[in-house]
Amino acid sequence: MSYLFLQQYWWFLISLLGALLVFLMFVQGGQSLLWQLGKTEEQRRMLLLATGRKWELTFTTLVVFGGAFFAAFPLFYSTSFGGAYWVWMLLLFSFVLQAVSYEFQLKRGNLLGSSTYRWFLFANGVLAPVLVGTAVSTFFHGAEFTVNKAAIADPAAPVISAWASPWHGLEAVANPWNVCLGLAVLFLSRTLACLYFLNNIGDGTLRLNCRRRLPVESGLFLVFFLAYVWHWLTMPGFAVQPETGLIFTEPCKYLNNLLAMPAVFTLLGIGVLLVLTGLITPLLTVRHGGIWFAGSGTVLTVLAILLCAGLNNTAFYPSNADLRSSLTLANSCSGLFTMRTMAIVSLLIPFVLAYIIWAWRALESSPITPQETHSSH
Amino acid sequence: MEIDTSLVDWSRAQFALTAMYHWVFVPLTLGLGVLVAVMETLSYAKRSEFWKDTSRFWAKLFGINFAVGVATGIILEFQFGTNWSNYSWFVGDIFGAPLAIEGIVAFFMESTFLAVMFFGWNKVSRGAHLAATWLTVIGATMSAWWILVANAWMQCPVGMEFNPDTVRNEMASFAAVAFSPMAVNKFCHVVTSSWTLGSIFVVGISCLYLLLRRHTNVALASLRVAAGFGLAAALLTAMTGHKSGAIIAQLQPMKLAAAEGLAEGGTQVPLVAAGLIRPGAEEHWAAEQSGGEDPWLLRLDVPLPGALSVLATGKADGFVPGTRDILRGGYRLPDGSVALSAEEMIARGKNAIRALADYRAAKKAGDEAAMQTARTALERDFPYFGYGYLNSPADLVPPVQPTFYSFHIMVALGGYFILLFAGLLALGKRLPGLRCVQWAALLTIPLAWLASEAGWVVAEVGRQPWSIQGLLPNCAAVSSLSTGNVQTTFFLFLGLFTILLIAEVGIMVKAIADGPES
Repeated sequence: MSYLFLQQYWWFLISLLGALLVFLMFVQGGQSLLWQLGKTEEQRRMLLLATGRKWELTFTTLVVFGGAFFAAFPLFYSTSFGGAYWVWMLLLFSFVLQAVSYEFQLKRGNLLGSSTYRWFLFANGVLAPVLVGTAVSTFFHGAEFTVNKAAIADPAAPVISAWASPWHGLEAVANPWNVCLGLAVLFLSRTLACLYFLNNIGDGTLRLNCRRRLPVESGLFLVFFLAYVWHWLTMPGFAVQPETGLIFTEPCKYLNNLLAMPAVFTLLGIGVLLVLTGLITPLLTVRHGGIWFAGSGTVLTVLAILLCAGLNNTAFYPSNADLRSSLTLANSCSGLFTMRTMAIVSLLIPFVLAYIIWAWRALESSPITPQETHSSH
Repeated sequence: MEIDTSLVDWSRAQFALTAMYHWVFVPLTLGLGVLVAVMETLSYAKRSEFWKDTSRFWAKLFGINFAVGVATGIILEFQFGTNWSNYSWFVGDIFGAPLAIEGIVAFFMESTFLAVMFFGWNKVSRGAHLAATWLTVIGATMSAWWILVANAWMQCPVGMEFNPDTVRNEMASFAAVAFSPMAVNKFCHVVTSSWTLGSIFVVGISCLYLLLRRHTNVALASLRVAAGFGLAAALLTAMTGHKSGAIIAQLQPMKLAAAEGLAEGGTQVPLVAAGLIRPGAEEHWAAEQSGGEDPWLLRLDVPLPGALSVLATGKADGFVPGTRDILRGGYRLPDGSVALSAEEMIARGKNAIRALADYRAAKKAGDEAAMQTARTALERDFPYFGYGYLNSPADLVPPVQPTFYSFHIMVALGGYFILLFAGLLALGKRLPGLRCVQWAALLTIPLAWLASEAGWVVAEVGRQPWSIQGLLPNCAAVSSLSTGNVQTTFFLFLGLFTILLIAEVGIMVKAIADGPES
């Protein structure tokens, strides 16, 4: 396994984890729709029971996504997390609130009352997708950082990665395209949540509510997503000269990446088609399985977009403050030995996926019913 | 940007705060999880509805606790990036791997089977459910393994090489990192102490039911299981704790000296049984010369001659260095070499840092000869690299009072736990009539947390000023942030985690009041 192969392999795995994370954010979407879909207490309990069985999967994927980035591309981890401090802190706060709220919201003695915990879930449901989408967009639009590895040899100021903006990441919202992707991810998560509830909750009224909500959410998603994709395909991107490591801007870089990598282009095409199929299925038919089309389509689409961010000699984390500081797979990755070791560990991933699928199927053998809200944990 | 010491202190405070809150929940997850799994196994083996109900009751408490443990844990992982960004690059090549493996191998297992454990009672077979419960516990324990491997590596960096081209340490041996003696012993000590804590929790709550004369069958059955398991766990904790002391004596002698309040070392050094240090006496341990005001208001030694020497070296006439010996140097190290003084180590550390700068300058200029010269100098002095960031030898002495008190509280309580479990087992059927013993067991519950947290204070405060022992002090590991940013998040975490802790305790109290039959 060559060093270059391992860098690309790990970028693929991180892209896959990111894609799975975006799909699993249907949990967040469901939380943000709690009051819009659930008109009665019983309906809200069914909605929370449905997402409550999956929140840990989203949470764990986020943790593994962070851990994999740390292990494979530590310079991104140190630069982005230490610099865009407030973006990541807000995201973490919202996930802390989520983690306790499912367990605590219906328990006696929970101090804050059930509705407070549901507001926490709502906050996580809105904030997490918007922040993740905005952060991903900085892979294409850049961020305000500098990197100087030689600074470690200055005992008075040994700062390798520094952030050029005092807003520490919040300045990303000043770029409307970052916000556009954040909103696209938010409405995607709400769309996927409607599809998930349709498939997993056996209650006629709730299903009707989901069907009514679906065109609104999917319409808003398509507006923001298609606008972003058009912009993304036509914008200049950040390319790297592999021999010298020189970073430069290239017109239509991401479109060029797609054309240079037909397999990725195909993934994107199939992904978009599957998402559209998933959206249309419940609108035109009485079937409830749209989540499987839209979910797999989401994974393929996001995977293709993230692959374009890092492969084909692209700087995956461009610096707006100092172009030379931009991060590429080559200048930010771990050493050869670590990447090889981690690649061996990654062979366990199919086993992990296998037991997750088993558990998912075991718990989803029948749709959730109103009776279940009274008997469940 | 120059590093502001208040930024370092606030970043340390935030990490300490989040770690200590996290550790309120984790040991109960590890300890109670095993007991739940044992009880469910009894239910499965005996086809017993009684044990099924009993295990479900304790599992309910396990679930309440688990959620906050997960919530507080995510902050810790990401905090290495957000608040210790230099650290993340300097050692991310090694440190990131255990965290990623923890996520892939352990955390997914834990969270996936936890869902089956709680939502799967009527959806999977009893055997599959039992397997899910055990896999949840195994996942949580494996998670602890990888986190403790990462922590042990910070205390004893092994299996790596410094690469001046990338300006970071790179892994050279995965086995050396994953199976270092420090990591193996730390895992055994932490996990067995968590089993002890879980057992004390079950014993204490069971005794509460006996005091209230409610749910006595569940209480007595749970007591039998937890007291036996707890005694074994507490004995293992003591054994691994002893081993831990010996390892620290070799690898982190300053920590051991601080834990014992030992300024001037020697042979046949006694072990302090208990002591009271005069407030403001910290300078005593960093002073260059002996003498000055006695720092002890009260001090009782263990009446065994040379007990600390035996603990640290295996023989009564073994030399144990005090804090001042370590600063002065000149004593014989376990490998036979002579210890350098702190000033010499700082000077060699500065040489190493200068050599790194020279190497990079020579590389930029394309001067191969100068590169080689600088590299040779760097390799010679690299073991002292981190010392080059320190201003004075006194910086090497950790806060002695918290380390000393925490160490002695932990050891004393560990001994008490062994006696408690042995006593409960010895009393057997007489226990339901002995209300004073029941009260003692109930009141021991907070002491279990006190001992557990104290252990981490010894481990982490005792290794200051290092993020990575000898290689990177905190002042060179921190992120480039304003102090105000970190102060803000510190107080946000403090408020949030305090609210969550109060909420969890409130829910636990209600669930315990409702009892197994609710």
